[in-house]
Amino acid sequence: MSSATALSAEQAPSGERSPDFHVGHHWDSADSQFEAGRMGVWLFLVTEILFFGGLFCAFFVFRSWYFDSFVEAHSHLDWHMGAVNTVVLIFSSLTMALAVRSAQTNNKARTVQMLVVTLVCAAIFLVVKYFEYSHKIHDGLLPGGLFHATGFVTDHPQMFFSVYFMMTGVHGLHVVIGMGLMLWILIRANRGEFSQRYYAPVEGVGLYWHLVDLVWIYLFPLLYLVG
Amino acid sequence: MSRSITAEEVSQIPQSGGTNYINAEQGVWSWLTTVDHKRIALMYLVSTLIAFLMGGFFALLLRFELLHPGKDLLDAKGYNQAFTLHGAVMVFLFVIPSTPAVLGNFLLPIMLGAKDVAFPKLNLLSLYLYWTGALFTLSSLVTSGLDTGWTFYVPFSTAVSDTSVIAVTFGVFILGFSSILTGLNFIVTVHKLRAPGITWYRLPLFCWGIYATSLVQVLATPVLAITLLLLIFEKVAQIGIFNPKLGGDPVLYQHFFWFYSHPAVYIMILPGMAIISDVIAVHSHRRIFGYKAIAFSSVAIALIGFLVWGHHMFTSGQSELASAIFSFLTFFVAIPSGIKVFNWTSTMWRGSIAWNTPMFYGMSFLFLFTIGGLTGLFLGTLNVDLHLHDTYFVVAHFHYVMMGGSVIAFLAGLFHWWPKMTGRMYNDSLGKLSCVIVFIGFNMTFFTQFFLGSRGMPRRYYTYLDQFQPLHAFSTYGSWVLGLGLILGLVTLLASLKSGARAPSNPWGAKSLEWETQSPPITENFKRTPLVTHGPYDYDTTEDK
Repeated sequence: MSSATALSAEQAPSGERSPDFHVGHHWDSADSQFEAGRMGVWLFLVTEILFFGGLFCAFFVFRSWYFDSFVEAHSHLDWHMGAVNTVVLIFSSLTMALAVRSAQTNNKARTVQMLVVTLVCAAIFLVVKYFEYSHKIHDGLLPGGLFHATGFVTDHPQMFFSVYFMMTGVHGLHVVIGMGLMLWILIRANRGEFSQRYYAPVEGVGLYWHLVDLVWIYLFPLLYLVG
Repeated sequence: MSRSITAEEVSQIPQSGGTNYINAEQGVWSWLTTVDHKRIALMYLVSTLIAFLMGGFFALLLRFELLHPGKDLLDAKGYNQAFTLHGAVMVFLFVIPSTPAVLGNFLLPIMLGAKDVAFPKLNLLSLYLYWTGALFTLSSLVTSGLDTGWTFYVPFSTAVSDTSVIAVTFGVFILGFSSILTGLNFIVTVHKLRAPGITWYRLPLFCWGIYATSLVQVLATPVLAITLLLLIFEKVAQIGIFNPKLGGDPVLYQHFFWFYSHPAVYIMILPGMAIISDVIAVHSHRRIFGYKAIAFSSVAIALIGFLVWGHHMFTSGQSELASAIFSFLTFFVAIPSGIKVFNWTSTMWRGSIAWNTPMFYGMSFLFLFTIGGLTGLFLGTLNVDLHLHDTYFVVAHFHYVMMGGSVIAFLAGLFHWWPKMTGRMYNDSLGKLSCVIVFIGFNMTFFTQFFLGSRGMPRRYYTYLDQFQPLHAFSTYGSWVLGLGLILGLVTLLASLKSGARAPSNPWGAKSLEWETQSPPITENFKRTPLVTHGPYDYDTTEDK
């Protein structure tokens, strides 16, 4: 992420006036437009962190109240599947970063390849998630009032699954949206729209994808490992 | 009019009557697809004023019902629905978007010497999100209504109410995105689109206020989004986070809700303060007193405002220690507001005050906001709050801040920048008359409620003990006066469109950049990017003081 930023500063035609290349009429140069776009994406990511922040807050409240239930309930999650998904997502962050890098170096074929790989990783993540969810649903390990699994010795396992389904569900929705965004830049990349002079959308989607990855990196240990 | 401040080329703009942003393109489609911040601002203006009229209608309905004890017009259920829709429409569809999305949208880029906001298409998307959210919210009017109060407190909203809670909360969820995107757009605009020479300390204080507001919009609104999402899932999937039967916690909902909604109070008042800073300086023809103090007090309010949400929950069972801390912070956040009031007052000292309509509204604001702010301290005092909470004292307090503060300031700003926005001068005497009537009507309506509240009249009841009848009746008569004044103000503005004189580019003799371009401005705002060599309030340095 930061290497891509440094690189863009080197390679973008800084200082001198850039030709009219995707520059809105209200910008004095492509550079200032690019910087503004990047700032906008970062601000958007801040709102995402606060959005997830509410759920993390709920997690910590209920974990401190119903510690025993959380410990008991979390053992019903399959940490192997979670681990696989973690590896898949981290790998997809790498390929996303490489896609941005390739766009910056005018390597269209590589950009497309890397975006396809990232998309496939996102799909794998969702497939694994599907198996996890259907297993939970089958066992009645459902949130709140829908919970009907038996054999629990503590009182509030349903609260763990409320938090689990909300957090992973909202995260999964972000993965789906991310796939849509990647498809959009994949089509544009395939048309040859990106180059070292214009790659802002690729970088923006990349930053978003890294955030989706980052959220999961917190979700996995909290939900699957420490409970 | 002296033009000592601008570069030559800026003043060579053709005078009114030629092409401007309003007549640059014709047809409904050109408006619906525009990315011009000024046109988007006008569409927001019309939309939010419709919401204001709607919310005002509900307010008059409520006051009418309260003329006598017992049922006049509405029964308990109808009354609950009316105050809920009054609150929800006023807060989410009018006050929150009014100043940022209307005046902020119109003025921010011009004050910065920019051609548009940083992300013009995103700006249009915000407007469409606002319309979509408004549709969902107002759909409750034709379905089963809403009776939860604008706060949607659980467990009433999730377990008891059979009204359209899901549609309205989803609408507010969408409105939140509109608000976030507007804030995000403005922050980037202020950072990246200042014209050469506009340093941070040469920004008009309006921009500082809007900037501080945008910070709150971006940082607080996502928390409301997740809260409402959890509420919706509670209703459709029994997620249980707020349901004590399943181990959830309804007080957690209050924490989440007020973590947004207290900062949202500052989303509503900071833009009002932003307007007043400019209005008072311009109409006093005086350099603003304590520029940096006003600028940084806005940012301070925005940041400290995040730490006081617990004062809405003094009686909700939070710990005494937490209440004491929140009480302290509540007093603390009053300091920057006090700084502002003193600086505005000092600005008028030895100024040559022009008593125009905007200045009338500005003075109204000073009186009403000061009363609103000071009564907030009564409520922030723990033992006093035990007596006053959920009474008409609270109702009066927040109407003094939200209406006497935000709405009056919005009107001040609307009258101040109306000539710039529309190119027309309104009848100043009628404008002043409207302000006087509004001021009298407002105080009749709401000052009375301080007495009602301190004598124990609880809020949100459609009926009351006989002993409260005289005060309630007086408050209701006041609401009619208030409504009349507002209608007169609106008529004054609308009449100017038909018969008003053409506005010169700088009718008030102001020094900030928006008055350098023609009225109404051209689509690009300025023929050339202006070069700014002075501050926005440099009145003392020129001959026309």
